[in-house]
Amino acid sequence: MTSTLERPTRGAAPEARAREPRRLGFGRSRRSAWDLKLSPYLYISPFFILFAITGLFPIAYTAVISFMDWDLVRNSGEFIGFDQYAWVLSQPKFWIALRNTFSIFLLSSVPQLIVAIFIAAMLDQNIRAKTFWRMSVLIPYVMAPVAVALIFSNMFGDQYGVVNTTLQNLGLPAVPWHSDAFASHIAIATMVNFRWTGYNTLILLAAMQAIPREYYEAATVDGAGKIRQFFSITLPSLKPTLIFVIITATIGGLQIFDEPRMYDQYGTGGADNQWLTVTLWLYNVGWGEWNFGRAAALAWILFLIILAIGAINMVVTRSLVRDDGTRDPRTRRERRAQARAAKERMMADAAPAGVRGEETGR
Amino acid sequence: MNTHALRRTALVAAVASTSALVLAGCSGAGGSASGGSDGEVTLTIATFNDFGYTDALLQEYMDAHPNVKIVHNKAATSNEARENYFQKLGKTGLADIEAIEVDWLPEVMEYADLLAPVPDDLKSRWLDYKVEAATSSDGKLVGYGTDIGPEGVCYRSDLFAAAGLPTDRAEVAKMLEGDWSTYFAAGDKYVAATGKAFFDSAGGTYQGAINQVEAAYENPDDGSITATSNPDVKKIYDQVLAASATQSAHLGQWSDDWFAGLSNGAFATMLCPGWMLGVIEGNAPEVTGWDIANVFPGGAGNWGGSYLTVPGNGKNVEAAQELADWLTDPETQVKAFENAGTFPSQTDALKADALTGSVNAYFNDAPVGEMLSERAQAVKVSPFKGQFYFQINDAMQKALTRVEDGTQSAADSWKQWATEVDALS
Repeated sequence: MTSTLERPTRGAAPEARAREPRRLGFGRSRRSAWDLKLSPYLYISPFFILFAITGLFPIAYTAVISFMDWDLVRNSGEFIGFDQYAWVLSQPKFWIALRNTFSIFLLSSVPQLIVAIFIAAMLDQNIRAKTFWRMSVLIPYVMAPVAVALIFSNMFGDQYGVVNTTLQNLGLPAVPWHSDAFASHIAIATMVNFRWTGYNTLILLAAMQAIPREYYEAATVDGAGKIRQFFSITLPSLKPTLIFVIITATIGGLQIFDEPRMYDQYGTGGADNQWLTVTLWLYNVGWGEWNFGRAAALAWILFLIILAIGAINMVVTRSLVRDDGTRDPRTRRERRAQARAAKERMMADAAPAGVRGEETGR
Repeated sequence: MNTHALRRTALVAAVASTSALVLAGCSGAGGSASGGSDGEVTLTIATFNDFGYTDALLQEYMDAHPNVKIVHNKAATSNEARENYFQKLGKTGLADIEAIEVDWLPEVMEYADLLAPVPDDLKSRWLDYKVEAATSSDGKLVGYGTDIGPEGVCYRSDLFAAAGLPTDRAEVAKMLEGDWSTYFAAGDKYVAATGKAFFDSAGGTYQGAINQVEAAYENPDDGSITATSNPDVKKIYDQVLAASATQSAHLGQWSDDWFAGLSNGAFATMLCPGWMLGVIEGNAPEVTGWDIANVFPGGAGNWGGSYLTVPGNGKNVEAAQELADWLTDPETQVKAFENAGTFPSQTDALKADALTGSVNAYFNDAPVGEMLSERAQAVKVSPFKGQFYFQINDAMQKALTRVEDGTQSAADSWKQWATEVDALS
């Protein structure tokens, strides 16, 4: 505020110089240069400071504990190196949990995305009561996951559940929801899909509405049908959004906990670990057996797995959608070189005629 | 912004901050009352489910001790209480009196040194096995016993009648009197007559039998794991699974199907601790056939129960011990029983008229007080539960479930269990 007030007196001096581009705000002192450079970082710093306290510290502390035989109550531990990691990796349970996690993840995210794209495409059409339909698909998302899990677990009861009773009434054999691993994965994936399909639908719908309508008009003029338009315009334009949705679904899917935990009355993943997921096992080791050294090692292993999958995601999606969003066939390097060349050209043009400088400066 | 507005804002801010200060001062004063030098004490009790400690009951103590104020915090489930307990034990944040459940008592016993001891003169108040379970290896009792779960056999008299079995309580007791093979023989008869299941699950039945073994899984002397080589465990495992092939409804306890089975007649009998009566009544309110017999296969058994503990680093340990003493006094415990049906673990309370005279209308007016009191006194064995009891037993329950749901054969399932147990230590 003060610097704006001082401006008239201070601003008088540069008047003599060639008319440089001027910026509103702080004065053109060293301080203002720092301000320009530092402010953005200052503005985002609360998040990172908070994250350092509530996120980074626990992560580091978990790493410390994972190298120890930790006693939670006495708050002390004995350093034992990589023994906890070795223990986790040597347990057949770990590999079963990993298998289950990936199986549930695939069973939930793949059909979920396909259905979400389909519903979004339908909602993108000219239908009556648009807002009503759009809000309706989000209703399952508003329900608490535990409530969803309770209702579905009841429906998937082995002997008296609604699903099996219906199947039997239709003359079909009952499905052993709680003893067959694959069946249990489908049941749990159903809960996840029920909850998240609507959410992803809305995100994809928003992306679809951002696609310029001219593309469709042009395609219609060219004689492309609805289906051709969907595959040649809608889907390619959705790629950046799809990447976001896939990455969040991956992170969420690998950490799936509520649904398998609520799937039966014990919450320990089934008698034969049929639906034991990595996070569920982590919880059982930590809060069931109070073995936080092992739980911490498991948490770090899971973290590394997610990082690895994230990296694979990045590589795959980069190669798939490098040019999307901007619709620019040049690589970033070419773009930069061209931009630099253009700038130099402009500067060269602007140098004799000071009037133009004002526009090119920024 | 003009100066007027500025001034007004400043005033509002000043008033707000002053009142905040005043409020802070108030709460500060309230907080300092606890443990003050003038004898004013605020005691906190943390329990779960329903211990029968109503406000009226606690008021009695406050009336007798005007300097004491009691704050009662209830957790919804014992699991919640367990997490809270171990996260704060030895640190700060626990209540002056913390309730614990028998299920996690073995874990608590590892930290017996962090708890204030129960005075020696109180030890004779409880049944022997109740005291024994909460006594550390160096002879320190750390838990004030509250309730227990003496077990009888619950049965459906209507289903028994249809199968041609006796329906009268005394006759049923006579028929089932004996060891587990007697119970399973009766089951065979029932299955032959009706083709339906006799008991609910292998897991529940196994639990009743394993609780009669003195040292099932671990060696009491050195804590080493003996589960896989203990012939008693193998015998019970084989016996229960042999029977469960035809007699079990294969409904894991506490599953949705099991709750449905309580009312739809999927099974005719169930091992029944005192607190189970409420569970059955609550989930099968329309069934009129449930009854309970004063008998238990293999003698007697206890399932569940709780203690009160006093964390040793609390602010008011002595006052808390005094209150815990009063809360687990036989007289108080009988009142708690009247409030919530928590069956007393105190020998004197088992003889109280209010207890022995209690009947349960839902169970066809069965004299449950008298019956369960007798069942409680018949319990002779205090099963040793060490550090790994919980995990070994949990793995065993899963092994039984695997056989019941047809995932594995009994032999394979036993093998997998043995591997899991070996990985524990």
